[in-house]
Amino acid sequence: MEQDTTKLYTFLIYSENVPGLLSQISAVFTRRQVNIESLNVCASSTPGAHKYTVTAYCDEHMAQMLTAQMEKRIEVMQAHYYTDDELFINETALFKISTSVMLKNRDVSRMVRFHDARIVEVNSTYAVVEKTGVTKDIISLFDELKKLDCVLQFVRSGRIGITKSRTEHLDEYLAAREEKRHKKQNN
Amino acid sequence: MEKITGAEAMMRALEHEGVDVLFGYPGGSIMPTYDALFDHKKSLNHILVRHEQGAVHAAQGYARVSGKVGCAIVTSGPGATNTVTGIADALIDSTPMVVICGQVGVAMLGTDAFQEVDVVGITSPISKWSYQIRRAEDVAWAVSRAFYIAKSGRPGPVVLDFAKNAQTGMVEYEPANVDFIRSYDPEPDVQMSDIERAAKLINNSVKPFVLVGQGVELGNAQEELRAFLEKADIPCGTTFLGLSAIPSDHRLNMGILGMHGNLGPNVMTNQCDLLIAIGMRFDDRVTGNLATYAKQAKIIHFDIDPAEFNKNVPVDLKVLGNCKETLAAVTPLVDAAKHTAWIDGFKPYAEKEYHKVIDKALHPKEGPLLMGEVVRKVSEAANNEGILVTDVGQNQLMACRYFKFTKQRSVVTSGGLGTMGFGLPAAIGATFGAPDRTVCLFVGDGGLQMTIQELGTIMEQGAPVKIILLNNNFLGNVRQWQEMFFSHRYSFTPMVNPDYELIAKGYGIPAKTVIERADLDAAIQEMLATPGPYLLQCAIKEEDNVLPMTPPGANIDEMLLEV
Repeated sequence: MEQDTTKLYTFLIYSENVPGLLSQISAVFTRRQVNIESLNVCASSTPGAHKYTVTAYCDEHMAQMLTAQMEKRIEVMQAHYYTDDELFINETALFKISTSVMLKNRDVSRMVRFHDARIVEVNSTYAVVEKTGVTKDIISLFDELKKLDCVLQFVRSGRIGITKSRTEHLDEYLAAREEKRHKKQNN
Repeated sequence: MEKITGAEAMMRALEHEGVDVLFGYPGGSIMPTYDALFDHKKSLNHILVRHEQGAVHAAQGYARVSGKVGCAIVTSGPGATNTVTGIADALIDSTPMVVICGQVGVAMLGTDAFQEVDVVGITSPISKWSYQIRRAEDVAWAVSRAFYIAKSGRPGPVVLDFAKNAQTGMVEYEPANVDFIRSYDPEPDVQMSDIERAAKLINNSVKPFVLVGQGVELGNAQEELRAFLEKADIPCGTTFLGLSAIPSDHRLNMGILGMHGNLGPNVMTNQCDLLIAIGMRFDDRVTGNLATYAKQAKIIHFDIDPAEFNKNVPVDLKVLGNCKETLAAVTPLVDAAKHTAWIDGFKPYAEKEYHKVIDKALHPKEGPLLMGEVVRKVSEAANNEGILVTDVGQNQLMACRYFKFTKQRSVVTSGGLGTMGFGLPAAIGATFGAPDRTVCLFVGDGGLQMTIQELGTIMEQGAPVKIILLNNNFLGNVRQWQEMFFSHRYSFTPMVNPDYELIAKGYGIPAKTVIERADLDAAIQEMLATPGPYLLQCAIKEEDNVLPMTPPGANIDEMLLEV
C-alpha cells in the first residue's frame, strides 16, 4: 500500500503590496486541488512587503510545486513551505460564553484557567475568553466548554508563524536583488 | 510640459516599445484610444481583424515568427472575453504578447455597467501579468512594465485593462523604461557548479539523448544548441514547438518526440542513459506514461522557468537560466566525443517507421490524396524554407511530421492549448512578422470554420497566406480516436461542409480544389506563384489515421505503427 505522506505544511509567502494577489495565491492552491486550512495576511517587517501565512495538507512534492507556482506570479517575492518543527507558530481564539452558565457551573472558569486562557470581558449576559496557542490546545478548550453548554460564539484565527532559522531568507533575497539592480544600472 | 490624453500616451508608449503592428477591433470603451490611433496610423500599422479572437491569435503568429512582442487591442466586455482563448494559448506556449482591453471608467467599475467585465479577474490565471490602468499617469509605466514582463524570462501574455477615464484623463507624458522588478528575476545568474556537474554527467554518458524544446528558439540559442550537440555528438529529438530550432535534416536530429512523433526518439528516450531536456516542459503528449518514462536514465533539465523543474518528471540536475547562456557555458566543458554506435542505433527504428508509415503516407500509388504527401510537396515546393502554420488536429500532426525546416522560427502551432481556429489568424500574424517569407497554413475543414471570418482580414490586407485546406469531411482527429478507442462510434464528427472554394472567391481570394493526385503538383506551383493569398483545397482520404501513435496513457516507447 502506498504510504500517506500528507501532512500539514505552513507556507510563508512574501509579496509586493498590490491588490489582487490574494486571489492569485489562492488560485494556485485551488488549481492543484489543495484546500487552504487557514490563511493570514498582514504587513511584514520589511517595508512594502506583505506576508501571507497559509496552511494546507499535502505531500512534500505538492508543497514544492505550490511554492514554485506562487513564486511565478510577478509580484510574489518568495514562497517557502515549513513543517511545524521549523516554526514558532500561534493562533488566537475568542469564545463568547454565557455568564449565567458560568456562574452556575464552576467548571467553566476552572477549564478556562486550566487551559491558560484569560477572560477579557464580563458583563451580565456574556463573558469573552481569549486563548492563544496551537490548534490542538484551542480545540481542546473548545471541546470542554462545549460539553459545559456555555459557548455562544467561537472564532479561531488563522495560524501565524515565524521561522526558527537563523537566516532571514527575505532579507537575503532582497539584498541580492538590490545588488542585481545596481549591477544592471552600472552596465 | 505639454499635457496629452492617456490614450495619446498609450500610442507614444507603444511606439516607445517599438511596436509597429497592432491587431485589433474597436468598440465603445476603447474609442478614445482608437481616436488617438487615427493620428498614429503611419507608425502603428493597425490590422482590423473580424473577431477579437483573431486579433490575439494574429498577435501570437506575429510574435512567434518575429521574436518580438505581439500586440492586440480590443474593447471591454465581449471584446475582452473574446481574447481569453488566445491569452490562455499564449501562456501555455510561452508567447510574448500584450493585450490592451478597453474598460469602463473607474466610477462605473463593479456596477455591472454596459460591457463591463472583470478582465483582471478572468485573465489573471491565464496570463503572466494582468493589470488595470486606472489613471492616465500610469500609462507609461504600465506599458513599459507590460512589455518587459511579456518578453523577459519565459515569455508570456500580459493584459492591460485600460479604464476609459485613464484614456481621456490628461497627463504629462514621459516614456518609462522598466527593466527591473524586484519581485521578478527573469535573468537568473548561471550557476557554474551546475554547469560543471552537467558537463560531468554528459562526459560520463555513453548513450546521451537531447530533448529540444521551444526554449531554444525563445532564447535564440539555435547556434549554441548546434555547437553543443555537434561537439558532444549527441542525437536529439524535438517537440512540435521546437521543430525549427534545428534543421530537419541535421544528422543529429532524430525526429519528433511524443504521441505522434517518430519511433526512434520515443523508443530511445527509454533506452538512453542520460536525458538532457533543453527548454521543454515534459508535456504529457511528449512523455506518455510518466511511471515508465526514462526511468533508466539520469535526467538534466535546462530551463529558464524554475517552476518547470520536477513538475512532471523528477530530474537529477536542474540547470536554471537562458539556454543561450547555459549551453554556451557547458559546451567548452564537454568532451569532443563520438557516439557512433549509439546514434546508429536509431536507424533501424527510422527504417521501420519509414516502411510501415512514412513511405505509405508520402508515396501512395492509388486512392485519394493523403495529408502527408500534400504537406511534403508544399514544403519542398517552398524549398523547405517556408513558415509552417497549423491549425489543430490531424492537419497539425501531419504538417508537423512531414513539413521540413531549414530556417529557425519557422513553426507556428498551438501546442499546449490545442486551439482549433488558431491557424488562420495566426498565419495572418505570421505574414506581418516575417513579410519576406512564404507562410503556409495547413488547416482542416473543422478548424477553418472556427475563425473563417478572418478571410475578411486576409482580403482587406492582401495578406499572403497560402491556405492549404486538408478537407476530409470529418473532425479528423476526434474521428480517429473514436475509431481506435470508442468502437468506431462517430459521435458528431462527420462534417457537412460548404463550398470552400466559393467562400474564398467571395472574399476575392484565389482558390482551387484538387481531387486527383496528378493535379497536385501543378496546383501547388500555381498557389506559390500567385502573389498574395490563395486557398488550395485538397480532398483527402476521409478516414485516414495519423500514425505512429502512442495511445493516451501508454508507455512512450510503445507506439502503434498500424491500426
